[in-house]
Amino acid sequence: MTIEQSAREERQVRVSKVGDRVFLGLSRGAGVFILVTLAGVALFLFREALPALQADATEFRDSDTFLQYVGPLVFGTVLASVLAVVLAAPLAVAVALYLTHYAPKRLARTFGQFVDLLAAIPSVVFGLWGIAFLAPLLARHVYPVLHENFGWIPLFAGPVVPSGRSMLTAGIVLAVMILPLMTAISREAFSRTPRLHEEASLALGATRWEMIRQAVLPFGRSAVVSGTMLGLGRALGETMAVAMILSPADLFSVNLIGPENPNTIAANIALRFPEAQGLDVNRLLATGLVLFAVTLVVNLVARRIASGGAA
Amino acid sequence: MTVTVTRSRPVDEFEGVVGRRRRVTDRLATVVMTFAFAIVLFPLLSVAWTVVEAGLERFDPAFFARNMELTLDELAAARAGETVGGAGHAVVGTLIVTGLAAVMSIPLGVLTAIYLVEYGRGKLARSITAMVDVMTGIPSIVAGLFAYALFVIFFGPGTRSGLAGAVALAVLMTPIVVRATEEMLRLVPDELREASYALGVPRWKTIVKVVIPTSIGGIVTGVTLAVARVIGETAPLLLTAGIADGLNLNPFSGRMTTLPVYTYRSYKFPSLPVEAYIDRAFAAALTLVLLVALLFAVARILATVLEPKGNG
Repeated sequence: MTIEQSAREERQVRVSKVGDRVFLGLSRGAGVFILVTLAGVALFLFREALPALQADATEFRDSDTFLQYVGPLVFGTVLASVLAVVLAAPLAVAVALYLTHYAPKRLARTFGQFVDLLAAIPSVVFGLWGIAFLAPLLARHVYPVLHENFGWIPLFAGPVVPSGRSMLTAGIVLAVMILPLMTAISREAFSRTPRLHEEASLALGATRWEMIRQAVLPFGRSAVVSGTMLGLGRALGETMAVAMILSPADLFSVNLIGPENPNTIAANIALRFPEAQGLDVNRLLATGLVLFAVTLVVNLVARRIASGGAA
Repeated sequence: MTVTVTRSRPVDEFEGVVGRRRRVTDRLATVVMTFAFAIVLFPLLSVAWTVVEAGLERFDPAFFARNMELTLDELAAARAGETVGGAGHAVVGTLIVTGLAAVMSIPLGVLTAIYLVEYGRGKLARSITAMVDVMTGIPSIVAGLFAYALFVIFFGPGTRSGLAGAVALAVLMTPIVVRATEEMLRLVPDELREASYALGVPRWKTIVKVVIPTSIGGIVTGVTLAVARVIGETAPLLLTAGIADGLNLNPFSGRMTTLPVYTYRSYKFPSLPVEAYIDRAFAAALTLVLLVALLFAVARILATVLEPKGNG
């Protein structure tokens, strides 16, 4: 080996080492940047929210303490989201089963793509549909029937709001919005049921439904639960659909079809923030922190279930 | 002959007496599933139909050419029932804000994913993964508050700008990009990397010349879908970019209207004549849906075009 050759090789090694270091630095820097920014921003958010938490109730125009202010909002948020999940979860499981075990393959594939696209439809579009199409429809044909037959249940105490802009409408629109996500997760899990389990069950004389109960549902259970939790998380943070549909009041009420409905945290921020000033801004930021904490817990639980069940 | 008869009889009786209940249950389950599918199909098709039908009302060239800074003549024409105004400024605003968000989050997300898959071991990688997990679950309106809180520090309370909106969208988009890229990079077989190392190729060159080209189709598709996910975000932009009547090309100062916010404001807080505002809201919603569908189509095409080829 000549001196020249070895010098060139050494240079190449050095270049590649420098390249490696630069590349590692870049990619690690990106990761660290995400960490630092997010931590920083969370800190700023907290700093901006703090004045509202420390302020005296009399400093606000409505002279509510923070708990008085955020209470009905948390209640409304939970009510709307639970409503959405209760409506969507059984449907999502049934549709996922239909697509994996009943529907013709072609239909399943086409519908699957359609659902994926729907999951990306902006929430403002769902809100528009809810208020322009669904709310009048429900107010005219469904809510009066509910009120007449089930009016003795506090949920349907009424009086029916003529515009249809009630909690139940918001819940239904939210349910429609989280359906694609929840269906996709269940479908994924059901379609991965081991073939042998299914065939063993059928070979023992089970009908298709019995096979589903014996083989498919137990296999997919944890995915269904975690999908439901993720749907709940999505519904909790969903803003525009609720902001467009509800005409909110500052109260606790379980009346789902009446004219006075508690607002949700997210919708309240969207409604008030553009015009808010001074301490009100800080207070809205503080409610945002509350929402963040709630969704964080829900999502963590969902992830814990998903990873625990898979093992 | 007789053997088959005696053997088939008990089976039939078994199905007829004991099995009826099971058969009915099975049939019932099939009906319920199919019915559920039909129920779900209804609202989903109805959303699409409503938006297309009501949106076509104002889906004309003037809608994209004009904005909401109406001249006196136009105001008079509007009162006379003519169609005026448009969402040109909102389309431009959406493209600017989403574009900026993409410029911020794509390099950041892809590099982070490369770090996590190719280099990341130990504490740092674990905490980054955890943070990305947290980010995936952030409600969009909280992302808007994040961005607002950040910009308050530099520009004081009440600040609104296209850049703030882009930062809010980037907070939502980055974790999607990281997840999608990570998934694709993990699909690259280790044999490819090892073959490259065995030839003496340094690590970074292996990543740039072997790993990324192998997975580029999936990455580009994932990134395109991430753009589709954030382009319709309303809440964070309402808080950070705000709304203006006219065109604003400068993301660094002043309010900037985007299509989702335009849709929301036009419907929720219309001026007179109300009808015109509602028509414009639906036309803007239709534009948004078409943009999302277009991005989906692009993602699909890119996925097939950029698929790794066996030779070459």
